[in-house]
Amino acid sequence: MSSADLSLEHHEFGEYVRRWLAENAPPPPPERLPITPIEVMTIGQRDYLQAWQRKCYDAGLVGADYPKDYGGHGNIGFQRIANQEMNRAGVPFLINIVGLSMAAPTILQHGTEEQKRKFIPGCLSGEEIWCQGFSEPGAGSDLANQRTSAVRLGDEWIVNGHKVWTSLGHFAKWMILVTRTSKDDKYNGLTYFLCPIEGHPGVTVRPLVKITGETGFNEVFFQDVRIPDAYRLDDVGKGWAVAMTTLLAERGASEGAGSGGGGGESAIRDLIALARGTWRNGLLAADDPVTRDAIMKRAIVAEGLRQNAKRARVPALCDHPMRLPLQQKLTGSEFQQDNARLGVEIAGAHSTLYKRDPRAPQAGHWPLAFLNSYGNTIAAGTNEIQRNILGERVLGLPKSK
Amino acid sequence: MSTTKTALRDFGFGQDEAMLRDMARKMLAERLPMERLRTLVAAAPEPVYDKGERPPWDEQLWAEIVALGWTGLAVGEAEGGSNISLVGIAGIVEEVGRHALPSPLIPTLMASLVLRAAGGDVACEILKRIAGGATASLAVTNDRGSWEPEDAPLVASEQGGDLVLHGEARFVQDAFKANILVGSAKLGDKLVLWAAKTNADGLSLQADHIHDLTRDQASVHFNGVRLGADSIVSRDGAEILKTAWPSLLVLVSADLCGASERLLQTTVDYAKERVQFDRPIGFFQAVKHPLVNAMVEIDRARSLLYHAAAEIVAGSGRAEIAAHMAKSAASDAAAFISDRAIQLHGGIGFTWEYGLHIYFKRNLHNQTLLGDGVHHRKKLADLLIGPVSTSPNLGRDPATS
Ligand SMILES: Cc1cc2nc3c(=O)[nH]c(=O)nc-3n(C[C@H](O)[C@H](O)[C@H](O)COP(=O)(O)OP(=O)(O)OC[C@H]3O[C@@H](n4cnc5c(N)ncnc54)[C@H](O)[C@@H]3O)c2cc1C
Repeated sequence: MSSADLSLEHHEFGEYVRRWLAENAPPPPPERLPITPIEVMTIGQRDYLQAWQRKCYDAGLVGADYPKDYGGHGNIGFQRIANQEMNRAGVPFLINIVGLSMAAPTILQHGTEEQKRKFIPGCLSGEEIWCQGFSEPGAGSDLANQRTSAVRLGDEWIVNGHKVWTSLGHFAKWMILVTRTSKDDKYNGLTYFLCPIEGHPGVTVRPLVKITGETGFNEVFFQDVRIPDAYRLDDVGKGWAVAMTTLLAERGASEGAGSGGGGGESAIRDLIALARGTWRNGLLAADDPVTRDAIMKRAIVAEGLRQNAKRARVPALCDHPMRLPLQQKLTGSEFQQDNARLGVEIAGAHSTLYKRDPRAPQAGHWPLAFLNSYGNTIAAGTNEIQRNILGERVLGLPKSK
Repeated sequence: MSTTKTALRDFGFGQDEAMLRDMARKMLAERLPMERLRTLVAAAPEPVYDKGERPPWDEQLWAEIVALGWTGLAVGEAEGGSNISLVGIAGIVEEVGRHALPSPLIPTLMASLVLRAAGGDVACEILKRIAGGATASLAVTNDRGSWEPEDAPLVASEQGGDLVLHGEARFVQDAFKANILVGSAKLGDKLVLWAAKTNADGLSLQADHIHDLTRDQASVHFNGVRLGADSIVSRDGAEILKTAWPSLLVLVSADLCGASERLLQTTVDYAKERVQFDRPIGFFQAVKHPLVNAMVEIDRARSLLYHAAAEIVAGSGRAEIAAHMAKSAASDAAAFISDRAIQLHGGIGFTWEYGLHIYFKRNLHNQTLLGDGVHHRKKLADLLIGPVSTSPNLGRDPATS
């Protein structure tokens, strides 16, 4: 197909997605939704969001690039368009974030034919929620310092250990799990599994309470948990390389199998609306020059992120192919955090109000968003680690270890 | 139905634009390596700083640049120019900034863009001369250093069919390298655009004693300069200047982006080589992380630069917004990397001989030229939030007033 045909097809798909989203925007949720998928707490929220993902999947907005054999729609290049439109439309987010942006891309790259057919469709439709079992009490930034052990016993593996900060673990059917299968080598002694969670013998999921006072993530204990060898992803000892595939996908270096929604695009409009309705030093905050300057700084970053995404696809304007993709996690999470911090500042005294206070502006959104924003500057490799990665892989500076 | 035009997906930066840019990069890297730049403009501080001489520039190199047709980059084909799009020009100007080229190129491009926005016979005649190798600069800034296009520095009066100009145009860039000045003057409640030779009767240049070693700057005195019909570009120039203004911002932003990337790479190279405490200093995160932050800022500025250029080329309604964003981001990114570049080089970076100051000063000059970050965010706020309420009852809190 010529590139002209392709861009016409892309254009038509974009039109279709816009129309579909306009006509199929879901009814308001039965209860307040959190800001991001990793904060989903209640069964009501889960059911509502799972139904929404299913609908998007059936319409071709999720798994767009994925092969038909694995439940995808087989339209290479379409996912980016769908993601963009879902972001723009201000529709709810897709709940199965670990399935879509970590498990599916990793299985697609490292899985056997049977594994791809068995696991990917549930990631895409959202029927099977996934969680990520990487972090442990002693293995955070130093991810390779894994203690959870897997020992082979015939056709099975016996797993013992302790994972922490497991987002969505309380709803998960499956976990992408990194284990230690050899103590001889820090990096080459790791093996990666697709591990059943819900109702699986020996697995205990315990909720952890976040700084907001809400639950949201978990710790997961493994006591003589049996995993069939057929659920091992890639070779024994290759777990580090497989985990790197996951991390690259997680940090936004690829389109994944679908993402978007949640209204990230409306942040600047929301800040302006807040400033128009808030008093500051006897003036509307929207008339205060310092506040105006601060909001415009945010608007410039917002546009910068959009244009970075565009420039990343123009090789002649990129000095290093990974320079922009590897910035996404860092810049995206700090963008959200800085927006929320400014919202708190503008709301002033009103930002002292918790969401259950009937007079809290925008139902308590700003201070909660600010508190929650640290989740994303810490998770998926802290932003300090992101700066190490960028400094080392892109700028070529010596490794900090 | 809105008829908003939108920019191309690759910003319109295709093979031709990349080829031109690469040619410029190669030529300037060969003809103006750091060592040559340093001996050219910074052999010793005394001539420029103590004696007030104008910084030297390479007129032989300029003759070659003219032979390449660069003065005509922004001139239409009918006038003998090469009619390169603003996106392509931005690519070339980034290289000019990267090599801190002392030359009248950017002022000449600025004057060309204003003349093109004006159109008409007079403008076309001057554009023909520019395409033929004449150099030009803008005289549009008054004694207050105002960057408002409608604040003309001069007063014009009618005498017969002629105009007579009085007053002083300040901060005229590379005036001593320019053959032609294009500027604005108040004529009653209108703003006229005129063009004059720098050797015209009644016109005198007074050199400003400036920090930047890669340009000259002048105050231009108009003591009854008489201009005939062939020098009056427009008797209603306010709209024209306003239309051309975003493209002027793009040029300065491009210079800032190129120079800033050069400073980043220079500092990264130094951080890989310089060993202290038995390690290259780039190992230390107090060195590594700020360099990553600088990269993020430069990338944002660069994406916004091509976005602005593309929106202007497309004639989109968002061009003005995009240009304010680009100049604000470029000024701030430049300020940040200039600061870190000197600091992270330690003592050597503080010396005259090492030459980092050449870039520091060029950036400092360009940061403020046509308005700094705060200026452009103020403009942006007026567009995105709306003007500050002027009526006391509109913006004031009734409770406190
Ligand atoms: C909301 C949330 C959700 C999460 N969800 C999941 C999940 O679903 N699955 C999962 O496996 N994990 C999850 N995590 C865990 C997350 O990946 C880790 O918290 C993260 O990698 C940091 O590890 P740590 O908490 O042990 O902090 P540490 O590694 O102990 O870091 C503490 C501080 O030291 C800094 N630091 C550490 N090493 C360096 C270094 N080399 N250079 C500079 N600074 C350094 C860190 O940046 C940080 O500021 C989640 C975390 C959060 C907050």
